Amino acid sequence: MSRLSPFNVVSLTLGFAFLYLPMLILIVYSFNESQLVTVWAGFSTKWYGELARNEAFLDAAWVTLRVAFFSSTIATVLGTMAAYVLVRGGRFFGRTLFSGMIYAPLVMPEVITGLSLLLLFIGLGLDRGILTIVLAHTTFSMCYVSVVVSSRLVTFDRSLEEAALDLGCSPAEAFRLVTLPIIAPAVISGWLLAFTLSLDDLVIASFTAGPSATTLPIKIFSAVRLGVTPEINALSTIMIGIVTVGVIIASISTKRARVKAEADERMAQRTA
Amino acid sequence: MSQTVFAPWTDPAAKPLIRFKNVTKRFGTFTAIEELTLDIYEREFFALLGPSGCGKTTMMRMLAGFEDPTEGSIELAGEDIVKVPPNQRAVNMMFQSYALFPHLTVRDNIAFGLKRERKPRDEVDARVEEMLRLVQLQPFASRKPHQISGGQRQRVALARSLAKAPKLLLLDEPLGALDKKLREETQFELMDIQEKTGTTFVIVTHDQEEAMTVASRIAVMKDGALMQVATPSQIYENPNSRYVAGFIGDVTILEGKATKLGDAYEVRWAEGQPPLRAKSTLDLADGAECQLAIRPEKVEIHGEKPSDDNVLQGKVIDIGYLGNISTYHVELANGQIIRAQNFNTERDTRRAFTWDDNVWVNWTENCAVLLDH
Repeated sequence: MSRLSPFNVVSLTLGFAFLYLPMLILIVYSFNESQLVTVWAGFSTKWYGELARNEAFLDAAWVTLRVAFFSSTIATVLGTMAAYVLVRGGRFFGRTLFSGMIYAPLVMPEVITGLSLLLLFIGLGLDRGILTIVLAHTTFSMCYVSVVVSSRLVTFDRSLEEAALDLGCSPAEAFRLVTLPIIAPAVISGWLLAFTLSLDDLVIASFTAGPSATTLPIKIFSAVRLGVTPEINALSTIMIGIVTVGVIIASISTKRARVKAEADERMAQRTA
Repeated sequence: MSQTVFAPWTDPAAKPLIRFKNVTKRFGTFTAIEELTLDIYEREFFALLGPSGCGKTTMMRMLAGFEDPTEGSIELAGEDIVKVPPNQRAVNMMFQSYALFPHLTVRDNIAFGLKRERKPRDEVDARVEEMLRLVQLQPFASRKPHQISGGQRQRVALARSLAKAPKLLLLDEPLGALDKKLREETQFELMDIQEKTGTTFVIVTHDQEEAMTVASRIAVMKDGALMQVATPSQIYENPNSRYVAGFIGDVTILEGKATKLGDAYEVRWAEGQPPLRAKSTLDLADGAECQLAIRPEKVEIHGEKPSDDNVLQGKVIDIGYLGNISTYHVELANGQIIRAQNFNTERDTRRAFTWDDNVWVNWTENCAVLLDH
């Protein structure tokens, strides 16, 4: 059977069209000369220039990046600690309750998370701004980190930690010198996941953001309500570009690592 | 016994390096070790042998400090170590999975324990080189664990656990992951290294041949208790129970009733079969239940009826040819099967016996072991 039968080609085309046609249109129209989004008036990069001069967008982008960086870093530390205790802590009182509570925010509607955080911040008298968005994002992305890290810890050979203790490490040293370097890929992907979640988030950020700090998704969303401008197309194109480059780098480095692992394997067998 | 023989367990003045005193270990309602008392001496190569679940690994983990005994005490060089955490014990362990740190090179794996002692760098380097030489891994020092073969990984694990010159080295099924040929070579290497370094080794294994080869003494375990602690030859030739006799090597067991006859016993074991004689130091009442354990290599097989004691008549029903030896299964008139082994000392000789031959088997009264449980 031919691998690319007409049926396969049609399914493939339709599938990818469904996924990428909207983005393609968005990219094409970002190079539109016209002020109107839906009328093509020739090629131009002027909207990118406009964008670079738009202080409000640049400010929002800078806020978004800072929020994403801080919230994902705090979430990674807390999430890794939670995962470690839940996987390694053995059976302690309330363990099932705790592990259930770690996963609950994953399925909780964002609106509810956002609303309850808003009520909390008001109750505490915290002024809404960068700090509150960071706290809110940490809260929900920490769960994702702990899921990613604990799935790695479950398959982690416990005797590696015991060997470290046996060779004279204190439990803290064993974690720093053995466990952490080995689970580092999971911790890093947990961080990246938290970072992306924070970049994307609109719902929770709009509950917890204040007049002093607006994230890019909120800015775009409110701008679009006044009408889509080619400037927003340009901004979205840049974001698509960043994500694409990130994905390509990640997949190339994964492939390289696999090729290297195979070469190592062959070398081990030759010298056996 | 001459002075040069290594047997501190026969010397009442010798101080044991390790002393288990009435140690019990329970996991919830399950008792892994029960009221166990055991001495292990310096420079011994001591084997804990038993089927899986017999508690041997639990004993090793208690020595390393990963488990605490529920009751009783464990002494190392006269000091109770139950409360000492694993990172402060002069004990190192070689793990069954090797537990090599995948992110470190062979050299850094070996240096790992030394660096924790905050020793000067050149001292650490010198010791690592010495260890690499000991296990012949100098050319592979800068490779990562996944870049070397299974046998080499095993040697890295050994070098790493020996690097800190522990008083006691624990080996948890150290050769389990190697194939048979490599395993045999490595057994001799292990014995060499043990002798060179003078370290006390405690090895956990379920492989009886491995225990017999490497150990100075073996403890045969069953259900959390010691069945017999003795040298390999004592365990093999003088097992103290049916369990030990059956666990180590091949054996035929006959059940019967004993009657004292001078310094030996006469065992009546089946209707219509002649009674069998066995020398024994056991003290059995007349008519007591007993078992007779006979190793196949001690059984002679004849075409004509010999005039000795302990002669049984039967028929060859199976022959197992193993190259160096052949095992004959001889079925007696009452259905009992006796195993006999012959060494094939010459090539091209036709087998003296074949299937369905009428044969006589016999053994001397010294060769059968009388057991009371």
